[in-house]
Order: sequence, then structure tokens, then C-alpha cells
Amino acid sequence: MARRLPQGGRIDRARPIPFSFDGKALSGFAGDTLASALLANGVSTVGRSFKYHRPRGVFGHWTEEPNAILDVTRDGRREPDARATTVYLEEGRTLAAASVNAAPDAERDRLAVIDAFARFLPAGFYYKTFLWPRWGLFEPAIRAMAGLGRLDPGWLPAAPAAPCNRACDVLVVGAGPAGLAAARSAAEGGRSVLLVDDRREPGGVLLWRGGEVEGQAAEAWIADTLAAIARAGGTVMSDTTAYGVYDHGLVCALQRGAEGAPDRLWRIRAGHIVVAAGAIERPLVFADNDLPGVLSAEAGLAYLRQYGVLVGERVVVAANNDAAYPVALALREAGAHVSLVDNRPAPRLRRLAEDGGVAVLAGERVVRAEGRRAVRAATLASGARIEADALLVSGGFTPTAHLYCQAKGKLAWDDALLAFVPGAPVEGVSVVGAANGVFGLAAAVAEARAAVAVPKSGGAPAARDPAALDAAPAWPNGDAGGRAWIDLQSDVTVKDVGIAARENYASVEHLKRYTTLGMATDQGKTSNVNGIAALAAATGRAPGEVGTTTYRPPYVPVPFSAIAGLRGGERMNPVRRLPLEARHRALGATLGEYGGWLRPAYYGPGDMTEAVAREIRAAREAVAVFDASPLGKIEVIGPDAARFMDFQSYMTLSTLAPGRMRYGFMLEETGIVFDDGVVSRLDENRFRVSCSTSHVAAMHARFETWRQDQFDPARLFIHNATTHWATLAVSGPLSRLLMERLSIVADLSDAALPHMAFVEGRFAGGPATVARVSFTGERGYEVSVPAARAAELHERLLAAGRDLGVAPLGIEALMALRAEKGFVVVGLDTDGTTMPHDLGFGGPRLKRTGDFVGKRSLFTQAAEAADRKQLVGLDTVDGAPLPRGAHVVARDGGRLRSEGFVTSSYASPALRRPVALGLVARGAARHGEEVTLRHLGRELRARLRPPCAYDAKGDRLNA
Amino acid sequence: MTGYGAARLLREGLRGHRGWTPAWRSPEPKPDYDVVIVGGGGHGLATAYYLARVHGVRRVAVVEKGWIGGGNTGRNTTVVRSSYFYPESVALYDLALRLYEGLSRELDFNIMLSQRGILTVAHTEMEMDVCARIVNAMQINGTDAELFDAERVRRVAPLLATSPGSRYPVLGGFWQGRAGVARHDAVAWGYARAADRLGVDIIQNCEVLDFIVENGACAGVVTARGPIRAGRVGLAAASHSAVLAAKAGFELPLHVYTLQAMVSEPIKPALDTVVLSLGTGVYVSQSDKGELVFGGGIDRVTSFAQRGNPPVQEAVISGLLEMFPAFGQLKLMRQWAGIVDVAPDSSPIIGPSPLPGLFLNCGWGTGGFKAIPAGGFLMAHLLARGEHHEISRPFDLDRFARGALIDEAAGSGIAH
Amino acid sequence: MQIFTCPFCGARDETEFRFMGEAGKQRPEGGRAVGEAEWAAYLYLQRNEKGPVREIWMHQPCGELFLLARDNVTHAAEPGVGLRPEGA
Repeated sequence: MARRLPQGGRIDRARPIPFSFDGKALSGFAGDTLASALLANGVSTVGRSFKYHRPRGVFGHWTEEPNAILDVTRDGRREPDARATTVYLEEGRTLAAASVNAAPDAERDRLAVIDAFARFLPAGFYYKTFLWPRWGLFEPAIRAMAGLGRLDPGWLPAAPAAPCNRACDVLVVGAGPAGLAAARSAAEGGRSVLLVDDRREPGGVLLWRGGEVEGQAAEAWIADTLAAIARAGGTVMSDTTAYGVYDHGLVCALQRGAEGAPDRLWRIRAGHIVVAAGAIERPLVFADNDLPGVLSAEAGLAYLRQYGVLVGERVVVAANNDAAYPVALALREAGAHVSLVDNRPAPRLRRLAEDGGVAVLAGERVVRAEGRRAVRAATLASGARIEADALLVSGGFTPTAHLYCQAKGKLAWDDALLAFVPGAPVEGVSVVGAANGVFGLAAAVAEARAAVAVPKSGGAPAARDPAALDAAPAWPNGDAGGRAWIDLQSDVTVKDVGIAARENYASVEHLKRYTTLGMATDQGKTSNVNGIAALAAATGRAPGEVGTTTYRPPYVPVPFSAIAGLRGGERMNPVRRLPLEARHRALGATLGEYGGWLRPAYYGPGDMTEAVAREIRAAREAVAVFDASPLGKIEVIGPDAARFMDFQSYMTLSTLAPGRMRYGFMLEETGIVFDDGVVSRLDENRFRVSCSTSHVAAMHARFETWRQDQFDPARLFIHNATTHWATLAVSGPLSRLLMERLSIVADLSDAALPHMAFVEGRFAGGPATVARVSFTGERGYEVSVPAARAAELHERLLAAGRDLGVAPLGIEALMALRAEKGFVVVGLDTDGTTMPHDLGFGGPRLKRTGDFVGKRSLFTQAAEAADRKQLVGLDTVDGAPLPRGAHVVARDGGRLRSEGFVTSSYASPALRRPVALGLVARGAARHGEEVTLRHLGRELRARLRPPCAYDAKGDRLNA
Repeated sequence: MTGYGAARLLREGLRGHRGWTPAWRSPEPKPDYDVVIVGGGGHGLATAYYLARVHGVRRVAVVEKGWIGGGNTGRNTTVVRSSYFYPESVALYDLALRLYEGLSRELDFNIMLSQRGILTVAHTEMEMDVCARIVNAMQINGTDAELFDAERVRRVAPLLATSPGSRYPVLGGFWQGRAGVARHDAVAWGYARAADRLGVDIIQNCEVLDFIVENGACAGVVTARGPIRAGRVGLAAASHSAVLAAKAGFELPLHVYTLQAMVSEPIKPALDTVVLSLGTGVYVSQSDKGELVFGGGIDRVTSFAQRGNPPVQEAVISGLLEMFPAFGQLKLMRQWAGIVDVAPDSSPIIGPSPLPGLFLNCGWGTGGFKAIPAGGFLMAHLLARGEHHEISRPFDLDRFARGALIDEAAGSGIAH
Repeated sequence: MQIFTCPFCGARDETEFRFMGEAGKQRPEGGRAVGEAEWAAYLYLQRNEKGPVREIWMHQPCGELFLLARDNVTHAAEPGVGLRPEGA
């Protein structure tokens, strides 16, 4: 059983920290990870496996950990699926850890019985059964068993950290010996350097392996190098994992917040990325190698040196390479009884180990771990059995070249190192040290320094020493008896790989998907290469021929909250706000989002229906004021403006006299109505387009595109003046009276200012434009003043019209008013198939001789079809309002067919009945016809009529 | 005995699983076939299966440049539904859904069709009106749909943020109960295995480089492993259909974009249905393994790189958290991208190509997975008979010149 | 996140740009007289080359259209080029 040694490690024994695991109170020290503290407390089973509920213990010591995945709740906030090896205990913060996949707890899991049926549940078993009576019957039970951690449904978001950006000449990933050396060289060479490292302390492998670097002891060398980097202006960020490489040198990194601070996303744009991320030790694969007490050899050393934890009293170290020897010696020195089982017949370090008190069994290998809940012994190929309470395994090393692969680098198989190593260089990316298959401190440091000597280098050919680890193949193969585990988190065995191969899932991608190998939260950091080797063995290929699966970001799981940053709530697609918002609120407006703007829906207390009716009455009987400020105002200026407008618009505009306005459409090239609006001709060479609020940006971009594409840009200028002006629409039979009280300096008489004309004048010492337009059907004026004067105008209008019964008009009432008139809202009463002749504007299509945007498309077969959906009004037959979205239906031999639908529907106080608009096939020719509608299974009746239900002659415009 | 089932699993379990045989063979390509299908994704494999099964055409090869199911079939978020607006679309996608409903048994391969329903959530009155319009259209067109109020939304997705104070308050939405998810790889493998048993040759690692054109007609393909002659050739290669079209001498109305998908770490069941928000554009479901599988908008930069892009990720993930604040405690485990081929109306192209003898099944954009059985069924009909099935007729390439586009976004305000 | 170079504003983040179309497409002259197929080709057909491509993009903050030569597989992008010769 693992235990804490009385001294040693990089922990602070003066600072004990309590925590709990599965409800048991335990204690660790400052500097401990959750995993080291669990081991120190003698906890051997930390959870149950995903599929078979086998007991599992800590295997690794850092991000590669497959087993110790726990639900961790700190200060009341849960993190499901936390990796115990990277969670630090922190003083002053409560930490409760719970095992996953286990009920009631990891020790006494009730579902452990599943393992007895494991032979019937091999890889992909679910593809082959549950066919009868149907999958849906079995699925709920399987769903409930799957998954790891538990979501806390009551979890509330904390304040997130804003993502930060950073640019540098050189980004070094990993502060081990190679990374530190690279960062120092680059910084001293005058480049801006950022060194990121995912541990709390820089040093990487030196923290537990120690050694001598460039003539100095590791500790001193780390300190000196950090000081040198700082002196040269470089920056070191700890607790920061570079997890993804994206286009054009962008690296995303996660900085973990300590002491409860939020995690932060860093977007780093680097000229040169130096990957010095080290290598990860692979397990050896033998029967029951998943028992608690089986750890990676590197982890055994790391727990000893960093945390003062001895993983066992009687330790078997099984290896195929030299790297395990220092591990065995260190554990022996710490007091354990250590046997080293080496599959190589003549290991060159044998004498060294034996001199240090380690028993070496050369040319021998472990074939089975013995024990029920934890390791008790190791059985060797010879049949020998060694009692052990810890079994440390080293099957060689896998370079951590993920970032190189994400940058489209291709790995190559190295048969001497028994590893996939970076192949052809990728521009702007260098891989150095163990990540590049260069094992050995001196070589790694030299390589790192060389890599940054040339800016943006892809790196010199690796100085790989094929004999560095003297590794001998020890690949899993189908002959292994019992159940030998490759992917501990996904519960994939050698036999599973064999089944996949037998069934011809022989592509490595098929293997991964069929067996789920490498698809768990550790993304196969310890298992992928063993899986590839097992597949290679099963299909008679070399690992290099099998190849790897695609490396995808993120390297480690990244909290959603860090990626989302501060984009949530009101900062998500933020609404645009009116200059008059405060006044609207003061008037009791209920605001709503319309076309991306926050606008008054209606005013005053009480129910919306009543308020809308009140506002409609004011507009029809007295005068009402509507804030139309977001309406687009795009100006087209220049000698070619008239020609440009004719080409842009469905209606001819060059014939418009200065001072006059015309309603019309802009079409897509496909002939579909893009937007409608009123165009004003300010002078010979200047037009103003009032487009819909939600189309302003698109209209501006469209004009700009055509200007540059089909016109001489020197003779045209497009100017978006939308937000310069605030516009108030004054509408109603008493609007003229109110306008006259405003003291606007301009001739507002009907002679000077008839309907669809405008004048430019002055208001309160500033410019003002008054236009005679109407979206309500009543006499109307649109007054535009600089946005800064909007409040004054609004206040004056409401004050001056008090005795006239003036009311502010919300958007809901306006929508009803315009529906009574049969005026469309593009996007609501039209859809992506509507052409202008569907809306009763067929004239220009037939009469205009010149070309314009979308013209040719108005004459396709579909455009000329007889059954096009056309704008109609609909009258209810029984008096009940017609629901929006109801379809007009016809029957074809018993089968229902939609002929169109209701697009707008409102109560009409003026008409004392509901009004509705819709798009209905052949609608224009069917006025007077009674039709059947369907809505949510109900049938309704309605009569089709012309779209305009109120004042069809337009007399009210001049009332 | 090569069938699947519990009894077989039991027997194999007792004898160490030695009796399993290849799910499909890896044959050498023959010099000629009746039909060659370019693209071993779901659509290509399903086409081969229905050719053999329904039309008795068994001299069929599927040629795939990589591994089967490795393109968009294996990269999507596995949603199946027929919640469409136009009758043409409903006919197509409901055919797919009906075939999916019987597919596990038909193929003797559990594709894990999980009809847990899809909820499309509306946040404004206008979106509610659109939902009503769609629900009515779906019901009239003969598929299942229901309009939900906020209370029913809360019942099927209790973790969804619905309060009026949310950026996207929930007013209701619409529901298709027969929709759901299926195991995407299993669909490819199931069709491959069933087609193989009917004699179809599935040829992986065999890139098509060109077409054999004789007398103005397509007479086969030139592959990295030599020429293969065919009476008819079907092109079902998604975005690479557009690239290969140039080899056949024509252009297609397709844009090629990147669509990203993401998964969280696996957790115990927390979301029982598929949810799509009209406000954020994000869709999410929880897989049987426990991972949240989600995606959102496409990245409108033409790309064949199959890589992710942080701006889209940030938008999608922040949208997800806006919908489900409690998911803020979870982590992104994996992210990937597919290359989608999008037609101007976002509807597929099925039908003859400008080159006689070459037939098209492409343009599925972001929605190809849900249509695999129908795409294969209709394409098989086309290749066997040389003419359209009535359901595929509206999706012919000729619709663009006729102006008869089938644009779901145009009709319903909601894209695929 | 790619970096594109506007010929007028310099290197900027890809989110500032908008793809307008493949370079070289001509709008058919003739209005209603244009053939159905020719018009549909103008509206909808794409060359869809894989690898090096020439495209028209707009840099939205300044509104300028320009020619962008890039590779849609490797994402290598050359600096954008203005559509008109200087002084024209």
C-alpha cells in the first residue's frame, strides 16, 4: 500500500489541508495533488471503470491519467470528471471528491457484478444485439450506466474570466529542460518570448528526475534559466496548457485559476511555436494490468520525489527500456524492496541497479498481475511469482507531439525508439526534446537551443539517438492470456482489438470508433500507441503502416466557461439601443427586441391588448408619435447616383424629382424581394434609401459591392447615415396641427409638402428633415433631427400635443395599423420565395426596359408559374382572429396540400374585427373566395380579399 | 452462421470470440462493374445496398479514397428528423426517417436509433409564429409535429434556461417526437456489411482521380488503383463531388464550408432530447456514452482543411451555456470539423449530371446524415432505372435554371 | 483564425472579412434576353477548386473589395490585391 514518507517531496508539511473522498475525511499537504494525497492516505481504489465496473487506482501522475477521474466539489462548486492528478489541494478551500461510476462508492460498487459477464460484452457488442424487440427498450438502462461524473443541476455560473490575447515572436510550450533552454536562447537573442507550462512549477521532468544540465544541478539550472529569461524580457506562464494550434500560428491555451479564480482562455499569436511538451510513458500490457497498484514507472518516481509518497513497500518494476532503472533505484533508496523485470536479455544498466540493491530479472516479463482488489503479486513468463503491493510499468515513451500534429505535421514511426516521432518539418513549428523523440538531457537542451537560433525555423533534423533508451519491443499481442488492458478508461482489452481486426475494422480510425479506444477523457494518451501496435500485430503490419488517428484539439479537456468567457447574458449578440430609450422608459414603455434593436412594444400599464388598442385609436383619431430612429438612411451620392439607383431598385428612380420620395423594392439577383423602403431624392446626384431596420448593414454592403463591381467607384459614394439621425414619425388626422406647433423652420403646407415629398429645414437651431410618408395610412410626417436633439423633439411633440390627445406609439400598434392597410413587412409577410409581382407590384417587371438587379430571375419558369403565392388579405368568417402560421389548405384526392399561410394577424379597433395578411397560391385572383385553414389540427374558415382593409382609396393621407 | 443477436454473442463469448468474421471484405477492384459508386460514406454505401437489395443489381463497387464512413458520415452530430417545411423536403426526409425506423433489423446491425425527439426552441413571438407555421406545414405534409408552450418545453428539457430574464427567454417551441439520434458509424458499417453480403465490393484506400469518358458518356472511373469500368457511375462524395465535377467537365452549384462539432466529457444523463435554439443556433443532444454532442453555425470560409476555428467555437459554446447555464461546469473533450457541400437553397442535388452515365447525390450540406437511407434509396432507383423516383424529382439539378429552388430557410425562416 | 491582408488596411483577423465569390465571374449582359442556363450558371455555379484559389473578398470595416489568392487546403494566404490599378 502506498504511504507518505516522513520526509521528502516538494510539499509543505507545515500546512495540512483536509479534504474528503467518497465521504471519508482525509488530509493532505499544501503542494499535494488530489491523487498524491489519496495515495498518501492509502486509498487504492479511486473509481470504477466505465464499462465493466472494475476497481481502478491511480495510474499516472499528470494529464495522462486514465483512471482517477472524480467529481470534485470545491467551495460548493462542482467540477464533474476532474482529473485527480492535476487538481491541487488548496488551503482555505473545501474539497470533496467522489468516485464516478460507483454506487454507493468505489469500494463497494453494486454494479461490480457486471464484470462477471464481461466475456459476453466485448467491443462493439451493442451493435450486434438489442435488435429485438427494439433498441429503445434497452437504451434507458444502458444510458443510466454510461457517463462518468454527475452534473450538479443547481450549479450557477461564477464570474468568468475574459479571454486574453497575446502576440510573441516565440511561444515555447513546456518548461522542461528543452523548453527552458529554448526560451532562454530565444529571449537572449532579442525575441519576445512566452513560455507556457501546464504545471504549477517550471522544470518539467527535472522536478522528479533531477540530474545535471549544462554543468549545473537541476534545481540551480532551473533557477538560473528562469532568471535569465526574465532578464531578457521573456514571460513564463505556469498552470497554463497550450491545448490547440489553429490557423496562422494561433495557439489557444488554458490558464487554470488558482485559489478559486476563474480559468482563463489565452489566444496566442506566435511567429514561431516551439513544442517542448515532453513524452508520456506507455504501460506494458499483460493480464489484469488494470489492478489498483499498477502505476506507470514515471508516476512512481514523480510521487516519490514531488510528494514524498512511496507507492509500495514491495515493488516490481517491469520495463523494456533504461528509463525505469533510476525509478527502481530511487524507490529502493526510499526503503522499498524492488525487483526489476526487464524483457531485454542483457540490459546495460543491470550492474548499476544491482549495485543499488535492486534485483534484476533480465530477459523476463510480467504476464499477469495477481490480486483481487489490488496488486498482490506479479507472475512472470517463466512462471515465477513475485509478491508485490505495487507494480510499476514502463513500456517506452510516446512523444507529446499533439500540437505539431494539429499544425498538420505528420508523424513517422521510429523503429529504434519504438515511437511515432515528428516527421517533415512544419513551417513555424519546431518540436524539441522528448516531444521530438530526443531523449537525454544534453541532446534535448542542445536541440532546443539550435531550434530557436533561426527565426521561424521548422527545425533541424532531430538529433535522435536511436539507442537513447535502448528500448526493446514489448507490444501487446493476441496471445496474452486473460484480460490485458490497453485503454483503461474506455475498458478496451487486447482481445477487443483482436475482434475488431477479425471483423475487418482494420483502419486505425475504424478501430478507434469500433472499440472506443482513445476516445475517453484522456484521449488515449497512454493507450493509443499500444492499441496501434496490437492492431498491427493482429493484422500482420508494422505500427508505422497502421498509422495514428487524427490529433484533435483540445490536448486536455477545456472548461466551457473559459472558452465562453464573458460572452454570455446581455453581451451575447447585444441589442442596439435607441437614443430615446430613457424617455420611452419614463413613459412606461414595455421594451422588446425587434430586428436587433430594443424598442417600445407598447406604452403604459396593464395588458398589451388594451394598450395597443389605445395607441391605435390615438393614431386613427388624433395623433401618435413613433420612434422610427433605427430605420435605415443610406445615402448614394455622385454623378452616377441616378443610374446606380435604377440598377439597384425594382422601381425606376431616375425619374424621381428632387424633393420627392418613392416606395419600392430592392431584389436579390435571384429576383426575391430583399427589402422594401422609401427612396428620397435629395438632389440631382444624391439619394437616401430608407431600408428596413434589420437590413441596414446588408444593404450598405450590397451597395458597396455593386459600386465597386459594376460602376466607377470614383463617381459614386455610399454613406450610411442611419445612426446620425433620430427619426420620429408623427401620424394621425391631427398630425398637421401638431407639426405646426413645433416651430420647425420650413414650409409644411400641403402645397409645399404633399404626400411623398420632403423638405429640409431647421429645428431648435439644427438641421431637420420633414417628410410626408405614412406607414399607418393616416396623414403622416417623419421628422429627422441629429440624434443628440432627439429627446428635445420628442419632448416638444408630446408636450405640444397634449390637448390634441397625442400618444406615443409602440411597435405592436404600428404593426396592426400597417396590417389594416395591407403594407407588408419584408421577412414577415414575404418569405424567401416572394417576388415583387407576388405583392401586387408587377408593373416594373413588365414595363422596365433597362436591366436591374434580379431582373432576369423574374422570368424563370418558377417566376412565371400560375400557382405562385401572392399577398392577400384574409377575413375571418366566424369573427375569431386567424392565428398566424395557419395554413390555407386544399385537398388533392383526399390528401391535404398547403396553399399558403397567414403571415400577419391583428385585432383592428378601427374596423371592429380582426385583420390578417397571408401568402396564398393564386391569391390575387381569388378575392371573395372562402377557404379552409388548418391550425394545430383545427379547421377554420376565412374569405380572401385584397390586402388593404382600411381606406383603400388613401383619403386619410390628406385628412 | 454470421448473423448477429444475443444468442450469437453468448456463443462467441463462450469460445473467446474466435468466430466473428469480417463485417465486409476488402476485395481487389474488378475491371468492370454494372455500377460504380464514388464515395464510401453513408449515402454511397446505402446506394450500393439498395441497388443490390431492391433492384437486384449486384455487380456494384463502392470506391472510397480513405476509410468508409470517414467523411461527414462520421463527423456529424447524429441528429435524424424530418421537421421540414416544404412538402418536397418532408417527403424526402420522412422517407429517410421511416427507413431508419426499420433499419437495425433490416441490416441486422444495431444503429442505435434513439427517437428521443427534437425540440426547436423559440424566443420571440415572431419565432413562435414561425414555429406554428412549420408545425402546421409538417402536419399537413403528413409527419408528426407539435407546438409546445414554455411549460412543455420545461418538461422535456428541465435544465434549459427559460426565465424572462435570460438573453433568450423561452416562449415555447416545436417538437417532433419521432426525431432523435442514431449511431453514425454504425449506419455506415451496417450498410457496408449488408451490401457486402449481397456481393457489393467495398474498396477502401482507392481514390478516384478521373472519369473514363467514351462517346460523350461516363464509362467508369480512373482510380489510384487503376481504371474501373462501369455501366453507370454514381457520385456521392460530398464536397469532393464538386471537385470531381471539374474532371467530368462541369461545375456544380455548391459552396464548400466547414462545420464544426464538439463533445463534452461524458456525464450521467442530463439531457433527454435534442434541443435546437432559434436564438443561438446551437443544437445539442447527449449521447448514450454520456457526452454532450453539439454544434452551431457554419464557418463561411471555403475550406478543405477539416480543422476547427476558435471564433466559431467561442460562439457555439457561449450559445450552449446561454441555453443551459449548468453546462458551464463541463469541459470540451473533443472538437472536429467536416467539410459540407451546400447548395444555394441548402437542399440536396439528386439526379443525372450534365455528363451522361454519371449521376449525382450531393449538396446535403449540414443535413446529410439524417437523409442517408433516403439518399441511398433514391440514388439506387436512379442508377438502376436511369430515371427519377418521384420523391427525388424536385431535387434535380435542373431546379436552378427553372428557378424552382427548395429553400427551407426561405420558407420557414429556419435553415437545416 | 486566419489572418488576411487587406490591400488598404493591412493584416487583419478573418472575422473582419466577408467572402464575396470566386474571382472572374461576369454578370451576363442583356437582362431578360440572357439564356436561362447562362443566368443560372452566373447565379449558382462554382468552380470549387481545391488548393490554390483566387477569390473576391470584402474587408468590411473599409468596405473595399479585393482579390485574395489563398490555398483552401493549407490556408496559406497571399496579401490581398486591389481590384483596380493605382490611379485608375
